[in-house]
Amino acid sequence: MSILSSISVEFLVATGIGWVTACGVFLMLRGRSFPVVLGLTLLGYAVNIFIFVMGRLWSGAQPILGQGEVQADPLPQALVLTAIVIGFATTGFVIELALRSRAESGTDHVDGKEPDA
Amino acid sequence: MNMSFADMMMRLFNDHLAVLPVLLPGLTAVLMLLIGDRPAEQCLPRLRRIALISVGLGLLFALKLAMEADDGVLRVYRVGDWPAPFGIVLVVDRLSALMLLLTQAVALPVLVYASGGWDSHGRHFHALFQFQLMGLNGAFVTGDLFNLFVFFEVLLIASYVLLLHGQGKERFRVGLQYVAINLAASALFLIGVALIYATVGTLNMADLAQRVPQVQGDEALLLKAAALILLVVFGVKAALLPLYLWLPATYAAASAPVAALFAVMTKVGVYSILRVHGVIFGHDAGAAALTVQPWLLPLALGTSALAVLGALAAHTLPRLVAYLTVASVGTILAALGLFTAPAWSAALYYMAHSTLVIAALFLLVELVAAQRGDAGERLEPGAPVAQPALLGLLMLLAAASAAGLPPLPGFIGKLMVLQASSGHEAQAWVWTVVLAVGFLTLIGLARAGSVLFWSVRPELAGSGTSAGASPRLLLATVSLIVAGVFMSAMAGPLKRYTDAAAEQLGDRRAYVEAVLGSEGVQTTRPYVFPRTPATEGAHP
Repeated sequence: MSILSSISVEFLVATGIGWVTACGVFLMLRGRSFPVVLGLTLLGYAVNIFIFVMGRLWSGAQPILGQGEVQADPLPQALVLTAIVIGFATTGFVIELALRSRAESGTDHVDGKEPDA
Repeated sequence: MNMSFADMMMRLFNDHLAVLPVLLPGLTAVLMLLIGDRPAEQCLPRLRRIALISVGLGLLFALKLAMEADDGVLRVYRVGDWPAPFGIVLVVDRLSALMLLLTQAVALPVLVYASGGWDSHGRHFHALFQFQLMGLNGAFVTGDLFNLFVFFEVLLIASYVLLLHGQGKERFRVGLQYVAINLAASALFLIGVALIYATVGTLNMADLAQRVPQVQGDEALLLKAAALILLVVFGVKAALLPLYLWLPATYAAASAPVAALFAVMTKVGVYSILRVHGVIFGHDAGAAALTVQPWLLPLALGTSALAVLGALAAHTLPRLVAYLTVASVGTILAALGLFTAPAWSAALYYMAHSTLVIAALFLLVELVAAQRGDAGERLEPGAPVAQPALLGLLMLLAAASAAGLPPLPGFIGKLMVLQASSGHEAQAWVWTVVLAVGFLTLIGLARAGSVLFWSVRPELAGSGTSAGASPRLLLATVSLIVAGVFMSAMAGPLKRYTDAAAEQLGDRRAYVEAVLGSEGVQTTRPYVFPRTPATEGAHP
C-alpha cells in the first residue's frame, strides 16, 4: 500500500506510454501488413497521449478560464485533437491500401511476396 | 467608383497575397472534386484548363512574393488577425519565396506533361496534384512548427495517392512501405514537437527563436533530444543517410510526372532542416545551439557517396535518376551542415538547380523509354530511339548539368559549395566527396547515355511504341531543362538573392520583430515558476 501511494501519476503515465510505444514499434517491424497497421495505430495512440501529457498533469485545475488559482494548458488539447483527426484519416487510408495490396499481390507480406521457406 | 473598386481589390489582393499560394490550390482542388471526373472525355479537358490556370496564377503569385522578398520585406500574415504567437502566422521571407517559386516552376511543366496523357490513367489526378501543391506551399510559408506538421500531412496524404496513380502491383508494394515509413515519421514528428512545447512552451517559430536560447540545464537536454528527433523526421523526408532507402524504389515506381513533382518533396525536408536546425537551433541558440552539427555533415557526405554508388549500380533508368536525387540532396545537406551563410547560399542555389534538373530527368527518361520498344526503361541494349538527336542532346544537357560540368549551373552550384567549405575543418572531406560524386555521376550518366543511344540493336528498329514524343511532352521536358540552364545565365542575380536569403536567416532579431512586434509579446506558461505541477498534495 505504501509503495502504491508513493508512485506518482507521472511515473504511471510515462510507463504506460513507453509500454504502448514499445508494443507499437514491435508490431510495426513485423512482416505482415495487419500487424504493421496495428503497430502504427498503437504508436499513434501513444503519441497522442504523449502530446496531451506535455501540458503537464493537473488535478482540480480550471480547463481554460475560471475562478480557480490554477489553469490547465489548453493548447496541447487543441494539438492532440488535430493529431487524432489526422491519425484517424491516415489509419483508414493505410487499412484500405493494405487490403488493396493484398488483393494485387496475393499475399499480405509487406514485401509483396512470401518469404522463402 | 470603378477606380475605387479596383483599388479595393488590389488592396485585398496585396493584404492576402501571403496566404494565396496555400488557398489557391486548395480551392482549385475542391472545385475539381465538385466538377468530378466522370465522364472522363468531357471533364478531363476542363480539369486540365483549370489546373493550368491555377498553377500559372500560382507561379505569378510566387514571382510577386519573391520580388517583394528580394527588397528585404518580411511579409507576415496573421490568419484571422489573431496576434502572434497565439494565432497562426504565415511568414514569407526570401527563403520561403524562393521555395514557393521553385515549387511552382517545377509544377507548371510537370502539369503540362501530365496533361499529355498520364492524368487519364486514374481518377482525380488533378485534384490530388493541387492538394500536393497546397501542402508544399503551406509547409514553405508557415511560421509555426505544428502547422508545419499539418502541411506535411497534407502533402503526404496527397503523395500517398499520387504515388499509386496508374496502379499496378509494384506501386501498391512500394506504396504500402512508403505510407508505413511516413506514418512512423509523422509519429516521431509529433513526439519532437511535443517535447519542444513541453520545454519551451511555444511552437511559433519566432517565439521559439526567442525562447530556445533561454533554456538551460536539464530542459536543454530534452530540447536537444527534440532537435535530434526532428532531424530523423526531416531526414526521412529529405532522404538522409540511413533513412534514404525507401526513396529509390518509391520514386522509380511512381509515374514520371509524379516522380518529377516528388523531386520537390525531398526539398521540404531540406527546407525544414534549414528552418529548424539552421535557424531555431542555430548559432545563437544558447545551450541547444548547433545540436545537429556533429551529425549533419558526415551523414550528408555519406548519403552523397552511397547514393552515387547506387546510381552506378542501377539497372533501370528511373532508379538511376532516383539515386541521383538522393546524391544531390546529400550535396545540399552537406552545404547546410557547414553552418555558414555562404554555404547556405550555395546550398540554396544548388537546390534550386538540382530540383529542376532531376524533375527534367524523370520526364526525359520516360520519353526515351517509350521509344525503346521492349527494353523500355531497363538499362540494356534495345531498339534505337526514334529521335536520337533531340533526346540525346537533351540527355547530354541534363546529364552534364547534374554532374556539374561547366558552364552549366550544376557546376556553379558545386563551385559555390566548394568555395564555401574552404577553411572549414572538414574541407578535405567536402571537396573529396563533392568532386568524386560529380565524377561518378558523370560516369553513370555517360554509361546510361551510351547504352540508350549507341549500344542499340538496329534489327529491333521500329518496335518502339511511337514515332516520336508528342510536342506537349517535349515542350514540358525542354522547358524544365531550359529553366535549369537559364539559372546559369542568371547566376549573378540569383547568387545575390541566395546570399541575401542566407544572411536573412541568420538575423533572428528582424524575424522576431516582424512576427511578434518590436516590443515582443509575453506569453504565459502555466506550469513554470512560480507554480510547479506538484502532483502530491494536488491529488484528491
